Amino acid sequence: MTSLTIVRRIRARPSIVFEALTTPDGIAQWWGPDAGPVLLAETDVRIGGQFRVRFRMLDGTEHESTGEYLEVVESKRLVVSWQWTSGGQSEEDGAMSRIEIDLKRIDAGTEITFTHPRLRTEASRASHERGWAGALDKLVGRFSMERVA
Amino acid sequence: MVNYQERQLDRTFAALVDGTRRAILARLEREDSASVSELAKPFAIKLPAVMKHLDVLHDAGLITRSKAGRIVTVQLRPEPMREAMDWLRRYERFWSKSLNRLAAYAESKEAEARKRGR
Repeated sequence: MTSLTIVRRIRARPSIVFEALTTPDGIAQWWGPDAGPVLLAETDVRIGGQFRVRFRMLDGTEHESTGEYLEVVESKRLVVSWQWTSGGQSEEDGAMSRIEIDLKRIDAGTEITFTHPRLRTEASRASHERGWAGALDKLVGRFSMERVA
Repeated sequence: MVNYQERQLDRTFAALVDGTRRAILARLEREDSASVSELAKPFAIKLPAVMKHLDVLHDAGLITRSKAGRIVTVQLRPEPMREAMDWLRRYERFWSKSLNRLAAYAESKEAEARKRGR
């Protein structure tokens, strides 16, 4: 039941990846799409605990996301709720979404599967889901050419 | 209250999850408009089934239909698609780049741990 799935292989053991995902020191090293700094990282890694991370991008804009840990399995799995906030105000009209991260031990280290489920309909049970994001991207690649309605 | 944009996104993604519907949209993107029977031609399914798919796409706001005589012409309505893409792109960009950085960081920690003899 995915709409965005990213799989990466990391040459590090799951416990190290898990630590990077969950500790403020770890998060400060990688969170954000560019080399801009993480300004604040708070985590309370237990079910019901909250996280909050604020970062600044190189273009100067600041972004913040907050959420709650819904599932925590040490070195294996994390599920969090997620919303973008900006200056304490929620964006996207306070829309909450959910993020799932699974870590699998492989010979080379860890395979991390990141999933942002979007679908809550019967369609979400369809079996071809894995290829869905890719297919959608291909289809919609055309729309990025700024087609005028 | 469930907000409108969220519902719209869910509808868009639900509509797009089906391969036949994606193929219909892709074709409309190429050809601007097509009649229902033209759209049905490439598929191994019956016309009523195609009509059902068109209903889903219409409810999601992804197409418009107009009738001239007996011919129903279908056109693409790209706005909901664009919103869905914006949503996807924002998260895709954030997470694919962040995960690259996460990988680099975790790998350096792994190297350190090995140097220390685990």
